[in-house]
Amino acid sequence: MSTEPVVPAPSSGWETVIGLEVHCELRTQTKLFCGCRNSFGEEPNTNVCPVCLGLPGSLPVLNRAAVEYAIRIGAALHSTVQASMFHRKNYFYPDMPKDYQISQYDVPINAGGWLTLPGGRRIGIVRAHLEEDTGKTTHVGGGGRIHEATRSLVDYNRAGVPLVEIVSAPDMRSADEARAYVDELRAILVATGASDGKMEEGSLRVDANVSVRPAGSEEFGTRCEIKNMNSLRSLGRAVDYEVSRQIQLIESGGVVSQETRHWDEGAGRTASMRSKEEAYDYRYFPEPDLVPVDPPEEWVASIKASLPPMPSERRERIAEMSGLPAGSEAVVTVVRLGLDDLVEAVGAQGADTKSVGGASPAVAAIAVKRAANEVASDLAGAANLERSSFAKLVRMESSGQLTSAQARTVLKSMLEAGGDPEVIAEGLGFEAMESGGLEAIVDDVIAAHPEEWARYSEGEDKLAGFFIGHVKQATQGKADLKSASALLRSRR
Amino acid sequence: MPRSITTDDVAHVARLARLQLSQEELTRFTQQLAAVLDHARDVESLDTTGVVPTAHALPLVNVLRDDVVTPSLDRATVLAEAPEVEDHRFRVPKILGDSQ
Amino acid sequence: MTAAFGVVSISASVRSGEVRALDVLDAHLEVVASHEAGVHAFNEVTAEQARVAASMIDGIVAGGGDPGPLAGVPIALKDNLCTAGTPTTCSSKILQGWHPPYDATVVQRLAAAGAVFVGKTNLDEFAMGSSTENSAFGPTRNPHDQTRVPGGSSGGSAAAVAAGFAAGALGSDTGGSIRQPAALCGVVGAKPTYGLVSRYGLIAFASSLDQVGPFAMSVADAAALLDVISGPDPMDSTCLGEATARSASRLGSGVEGLRIGLITEMQGAEGMADDVKARLALAADALSGAGAKVDQVSVPAVTFGLSAYYLIAPAEASSNLARYDGVRYGLRAPGSADITDMYLRSRSAGFGDEVKRRIMLGTYALSAGYYDAYYGQAQKVRTLIVKDFAAAYENFDVLLSPTAPSTAFEIGAKSADPLTMYLNDVFTIPSNLAGHPAVSVPFGVGDDGMPIGVQVLAPALAEPLMFQVAEVLESLAPPAPLSASRRSLRALGAPADRGAAL
Ligand SMILES: [Mg+2]
Ligand SMILES: [Zn+2]
Repeated sequence: MSTEPVVPAPSSGWETVIGLEVHCELRTQTKLFCGCRNSFGEEPNTNVCPVCLGLPGSLPVLNRAAVEYAIRIGAALHSTVQASMFHRKNYFYPDMPKDYQISQYDVPINAGGWLTLPGGRRIGIVRAHLEEDTGKTTHVGGGGRIHEATRSLVDYNRAGVPLVEIVSAPDMRSADEARAYVDELRAILVATGASDGKMEEGSLRVDANVSVRPAGSEEFGTRCEIKNMNSLRSLGRAVDYEVSRQIQLIESGGVVSQETRHWDEGAGRTASMRSKEEAYDYRYFPEPDLVPVDPPEEWVASIKASLPPMPSERRERIAEMSGLPAGSEAVVTVVRLGLDDLVEAVGAQGADTKSVGGASPAVAAIAVKRAANEVASDLAGAANLERSSFAKLVRMESSGQLTSAQARTVLKSMLEAGGDPEVIAEGLGFEAMESGGLEAIVDDVIAAHPEEWARYSEGEDKLAGFFIGHVKQATQGKADLKSASALLRSRR
Repeated sequence: MPRSITTDDVAHVARLARLQLSQEELTRFTQQLAAVLDHARDVESLDTTGVVPTAHALPLVNVLRDDVVTPSLDRATVLAEAPEVEDHRFRVPKILGDSQ
Repeated sequence: MTAAFGVVSISASVRSGEVRALDVLDAHLEVVASHEAGVHAFNEVTAEQARVAASMIDGIVAGGGDPGPLAGVPIALKDNLCTAGTPTTCSSKILQGWHPPYDATVVQRLAAAGAVFVGKTNLDEFAMGSSTENSAFGPTRNPHDQTRVPGGSSGGSAAAVAAGFAAGALGSDTGGSIRQPAALCGVVGAKPTYGLVSRYGLIAFASSLDQVGPFAMSVADAAALLDVISGPDPMDSTCLGEATARSASRLGSGVEGLRIGLITEMQGAEGMADDVKARLALAADALSGAGAKVDQVSVPAVTFGLSAYYLIAPAEASSNLARYDGVRYGLRAPGSADITDMYLRSRSAGFGDEVKRRIMLGTYALSAGYYDAYYGQAQKVRTLIVKDFAAAYENFDVLLSPTAPSTAFEIGAKSADPLTMYLNDVFTIPSNLAGHPAVSVPFGVGDDGMPIGVQVLAPALAEPLMFQVAEVLESLAPPAPLSASRRSLRALGAPADRGAAL
């Protein structure tokens, strides 16, 4: 292993190109080809049988649930679910009991597809195929580092656990985008029920293909495959490091060689692990112990029909309800944390006009912000939160019954101990403005200035300040001006 | 059909297959494999344009099992067959290089 | 006649209480004791376990129960079939001392039917060979002439039956490994349709070609064994999911009106002995005399079978045999510096030359740049063979060919030249590539007095028809010589039977 200096962040004049391969462990009860338990963190070599140990004479039989999860993933990624077959990928490594991996090669179960990042960018999916996981190797002696170890120990509990490998197109252009992709993909995988999304337990493992090219160039540079990143943070750091390394190498007259590099989290750098003169030649050929998989159309259709809405659809819906951009942090947070139902609950309560699901956009926007801020920062407390109480609180705030500061305080109390927002507000001594008081004042101000209201209604936004000024005056500054603005918009 | 197999080819495939050959074996195996491959060249004379390869003489698809746990093996039985064991795991000499 | 020591007759007399399973076993073990040293059919004789099993069978009969259709039948198992707790070696140093933790499905089925296992039989290492000389534990010798090979790779199983060590045996057939040794040892050996018999627990050589099948002294006995071992198995994805007609269901139906094709390409092949050719002609005449319509039929692509096979089988084998790496079981070379060194040294020490040759051949055929020319092209040849057989079966019910090009050859005669050895399988390989069933039936002897076999080939799942024809052929065959050791089998049971056995 060579020692390489830590180099500064990417310089300008270069474009980064990133494609990701994500291995997702499926949440089946049993392994891909045998009935051993698919379970993390058990005593070593207890979930093994002749099949997953690759004992002589054993044969694989495909798990129906794994195929179903693969189809769910494919459907969620807009892939074409197709007839497929398994191949053998041959190479020697002690964590692989048969010294070949059963994987899909030129005819994967899912071909093509895409996902949409919160910012709206669409990232292409090349394929999402089924394969078996390897066992787990622990390197002993030399502080656990592979190149310093004196020996290695193998546990085959993980060998044969079903994986779907999702290969993206080389569509990402920065470390941030790579992270956003993994984040989005993880949310999708969790939504399909296929994965628990736990990167730290290895349920999701990311390899990155990274290359650089002069900005504006159409051709791809030589890529390196980076392995061993076990968090989004590592992914970002590793990509940034690798990009800098490649740029520096090229700028100093060197050539990037196509190779696999391992990310060393402690040292903060990637390092080549390829042993010299060892050519890769996997000698793929059709797995003769398995027959083709050709899922009947009705099966695929029923699987697709059973899928819940995916994160991008949910963001779209929240955006539509609230008028906030789908890529805004608040909307993204609500969906990421699965707080959509809080926002929906608000919608279910009201019957305003110009609304989706019952609540005006202004009201829904308040719900989104409260969910993305107060609820998000106390997820444990969210269990105490009645959907209807949350909706009531948002109504109180939007109607001006509570100022936003007061509403936040009440909500925090609700998250801690539950309860009715009206009762809590009273207990806290928040002077309740007469029910509907703010609304009445806003309506009075509108009625008093029909000409300005007509102009404002036709889109002259700057007149909002005019009306808010009058509301402020009429309430001697007691009104929550955000609520007043929201009310104003909702009347338009 | 490719050129005749050479000692370099045999050394390469031996390495891929993790077989160690002496110089004598390398020479002998090269001659023997060349003879077999020469014979196998007759498949070249067949016109196979448009012929679909047969991976399997079996018209089966979708052989699937239910996702139901079946008993695993007793660990002691499994490890009793292992050449070397440490900490209930299979012990192997140090690993140089990449898992590919 | 040895009918009294056949599969069907033994089980009938054990089930009826006429003879005891233990006596049947002991009679066979006596022959093993006196002749095994010369024949070397077994890697391991499991006499004690067999006695326990036979006593249990007798207990069931004594208690009024039925031990099953193979009650008390002594069976030999090829040593590439996994047997729980009993070493299973594939006649390789790399697996020496390995104890499988499970039974092959076929082994379970035989045991459940009341069979008694005499031992594990010798084979060419990992079933790669046609003479059983490629065994890490020494060659098996032909019971009819111990200077000659028994054929292979299931030579131990064929020899065990021919020698009277067992009433029946299981072998595996990837390119003729049941039929060719059956022919050379003068017994019946059948390779079923691919997928009829579970491969779970059969240690793989070439997965898309391997099938387990029976050896016996008669066609009816072979069919009876096959009927016990065949059928769906959830542990094998390539095993047919539905039950098929019993193999023995058409026995006794004759051949009147059946159309039998003599494969033209399998009569004038290179290296084919005149006596074999003559026997085939006599067999065709005999069937014709029995009312069949016998005619020539061309199956052109079969001439490419050998070449395709020696690309496909080694390719699959190179992958199947990767797992013997010294990590989890079997041989590990001691004192290796690192894992690659350990792989290299363990595998080089554990595998014999023929296995190494095929691993390298297969690795080469699959490697980058050669796949299309070798493996890919061979898979297309396979398609052509299937097509040509299909065309032949439009006009014929079954096909006929010799099983092997010659009678049993001298030990060592072909071991120096792999290609010459491979040519032994030229008539048997096409059935494996097509996935079709075929059976070898003894049909007289050659100029050297050694057995000759004739092969009956049938379309997929036409085992009943195949055995129907084979049985007629058997009935028309010249009297078959018994090996000296089989002649020494001690008579048992009722006086009439005793007379028959002698
Ligand atoms: Mg993969
Ligand atoms: Zn298992």
